[in-house]
Amino acid sequence: MNDGATIPKLSLLNVEKSFALRKVLDDVSLDVGTHQVVSLIGASGSGKSTLLRCVNLLESINEGKILLDGTDISEPGLAVDPIRRRIGMVFQSYNLFPHMTVLRNVTHAPRKVLGTARTEAEADAKELLGRFGLAEKAGAYPDQLSGGQQQRVAIVRALAMAPELMLLDEVTAALDPVLVGEVLNVIREVRSAGMTMVLATHEMGFAREISDVVCFLRDGRIHEQGPPEQIFNAPTETGTAEFLARVIASGRL
Amino acid sequence: MPDAPGRDEPDAAHGAGSLGRRGRYERAQRRRSTLIASVSTVLSVAALAVLIPLTPGWDRVQQSFFSWSVFRDSLPQLWSPFLLNLKIFVICAPCILVLGMLVAMARNVRSPALFPVRLFAATYTNVVRGVPVILWITLIGFGVPGLFQKRAWYTKGIVWGSVALVVCYSAYVAEVFRAGIESVHESQRAAARSLGLTSRQTMLGIIVPQAVRRVVPPLMNDLVSLQKDVALVSVIGTVEALRRATILKDKTFNFTPYVAAAVLFLLVSIPLTVLTDFLLARERRMTGSTAVR
Repeated sequence: MNDGATIPKLSLLNVEKSFALRKVLDDVSLDVGTHQVVSLIGASGSGKSTLLRCVNLLESINEGKILLDGTDISEPGLAVDPIRRRIGMVFQSYNLFPHMTVLRNVTHAPRKVLGTARTEAEADAKELLGRFGLAEKAGAYPDQLSGGQQQRVAIVRALAMAPELMLLDEVTAALDPVLVGEVLNVIREVRSAGMTMVLATHEMGFAREISDVVCFLRDGRIHEQGPPEQIFNAPTETGTAEFLARVIASGRL
Repeated sequence: MPDAPGRDEPDAAHGAGSLGRRGRYERAQRRRSTLIASVSTVLSVAALAVLIPLTPGWDRVQQSFFSWSVFRDSLPQLWSPFLLNLKIFVICAPCILVLGMLVAMARNVRSPALFPVRLFAATYTNVVRGVPVILWITLIGFGVPGLFQKRAWYTKGIVWGSVALVVCYSAYVAEVFRAGIESVHESQRAAARSLGLTSRQTMLGIIVPQAVRRVVPPLMNDLVSLQKDVALVSVIGTVEALRRATILKDKTFNFTPYVAAAVLFLLVSIPLTVLTDFLLARERRMTGSTAVR
């Protein structure tokens, strides 16, 4: 990916992360170019979520480096907030703020962190909500929305900060097939706008369709990475083939 | 449930015909539970009203606790000292809420450098809660004024009695707030921090508002309790409602002034609880999803 001249948006260099004595990420190296979409696939516990949380500095790493635009963001003691505001994150369980309306969920961070004026933040938020079919939900509270709507709001909330990079952590895992569809449409739309994204997912069909690069993680290591055609049609590693065979057997591809 | 749940007879006029089998069944159920509730209430109250006067000592007790003439005379005399109770309450309560919240937040700081703050907050709550409120009022109310030579407003027992109340109740309230703060799921913090909010902004804008909503009922519990415990400052000689009632009792050889004082306390605490229940219900209706039966 890194063809010398251009610096990748995000680079992981030999990243290692342990919880107690268990290695969750082991020698992970990965480049994500600007406007690229990278999917992380693999069984539960293979380290997909941890990788994303490390990139967003919600977890600290033990070894290696994480570079954003070529700058080391994993250095201990670095101020994390200015970095986090450049990276959007969407969680499996939405994590909307239940005490705020949809509109305030979306405008809160721009107003507090970027100091955007209220009227401006609300206009931006309404425009974004409208783009994703949520215009009439602006005044609703999260508990009054369906799971799919909540997850779309969560994506809008992250987008409202105009991030340079989006991390999506199994954002459809808690949804039924119909709602999965509406959330995936939103992600397609975000991709077509040129957003750089790293997403952990169990939706193999979607990963194949949307990704430039697919990484198969196993036991905290990147077992195989490559373009989706290679990973899904002609995996070179036996581990990848085994995993995909299991996915196909369970009817998920 | 399309038609208003929990409401009795949603337009009975044309309701009976339009209600389905299920609707009719549910309406019958609702009427039955209302009937059972009313009948059982009436029966219990009636039983008490009939049975208590049958006890052998009732006449004496009625004379010394429920004398109408003493009640009528003492109530106006209790009113102005009771205003003092209210004044102490109204001044202490906000101080307690602020101090309690500060202590709760201090117990939640995560930076290792601030460990002493956490330790201090933990020690404070544990020591204060371990000693009876009445003892703190006595110790602080009599002890601190002794530090000063001259007499001034800040050497009055009532000031230090109130300070003692604030010190005690802040410790209890801090634990309530802390429980609320810790009940907010870690994922909320993750969501807030991932948006670039600082830990302070996360605490004040995301965690605390949710925590406070959750702990309103136990918080009210403490506030109602405070409203009554204001009477404890009488032990350092402040003439508030309880003290005045004691004086009236000694004058009349009758306990009715105590009952009158109790009525005054109820006049404040009951509306307070009803108001909170109302506010909470409204909040839940506004933010919540459909209630589960």
